[in-house]
Amino acid sequence: MSIKFSEIEIGDSLPHWSRRTSFAEWNRYAAVNDEFVPFHMDDEAGRRAGNEQGAFGMGNLRYAYIVNALHTWIGDEARIHEVACQYRAINQKDDVLTVTGTVTDKKTEEGEQRVYLDINVVTDDDQSTCPGHAVVALA
Amino acid sequence: MTESAITYVTDDMHKLKGVWIDERTSPPISMSDIRKWAIATYWPEQPPRIYWDEPYAEGTRWGGILAPPDFNPFAWPVERIARADIPQPRKTDGSRFTGMNGGQTDTYGAPMRSGDVITARSRLSDWHERDGRLGWTLYTTTEIEWRNQNDEHVKTRMSIGIRY
Repeated sequence: MSIKFSEIEIGDSLPHWSRRTSFAEWNRYAAVNDEFVPFHMDDEAGRRAGNEQGAFGMGNLRYAYIVNALHTWIGDEARIHEVACQYRAINQKDDVLTVTGTVTDKKTEEGEQRVYLDINVVTDDDQSTCPGHAVVALA
Repeated sequence: MTESAITYVTDDMHKLKGVWIDERTSPPISMSDIRKWAIATYWPEQPPRIYWDEPYAEGTRWGGILAPPDFNPFAWPVERIARADIPQPRKTDGSRFTGMNGGQTDTYGAPMRSGDVITARSRLSDWHERDGRLGWTLYTTTEIEWRNQNDEHVKTRMSIGIRY
């Protein structure tokens, strides 16, 4: 999928992008990012870290989901210029994480057609976990 | 307690503010590293072909496979060498901080490709303190810069550390 700068309007939303995440996703991410932190791997370690439900997901993987949702929207010919997020809450096993985004501006800068968005990753009970912003440059 | 009566900021932080330290170089990025990263982060769905299909990627404006922007070329070092620390704050009563990752802003430049070697360096950029929900809290901003073997800017991360 790819988008055209001329067709984007302020207020447009990112297409739906979500993942149900648990050990299958976390362990794969730990394997590639060398991120074997006990509270992401083991329920007892998660409880010792203060999360009653046990192990919890990686902020870095939520960040990857933001990148992936943006890439899915803009396509292979465009590029992501900037992503910012704050880690406000953790995510639990089997949460469905949805990347949300709303276009806030679009302009030509440094020879690129750039689109600005407010972004977030929300859980299935609509808890905000990663508010921030992103800038993508269309081809 | 008033803002002027307490600080977690040390002399070392003042001395090293803005000084680049902790330079490190990644092993060369391989196509297999890129493919596995993309599979893991898109799991259970198939990742975009730009990350794994060479003939397809050659036909794009990039002319070849790219790594996802969030790809970490520094994962899995053979030697676990202790890194030069960004100067750390200190509590005057000797108790330990609770630390949190407050988030980051990443600005991307040249995309990473197979064969690239990335050099990173870090510096303590800024800080501020305030009386927050969890008590007196120090927010530090660390700048981390990545460049490739052609000295092209790859990424700048402004990372927020929270200690209380």
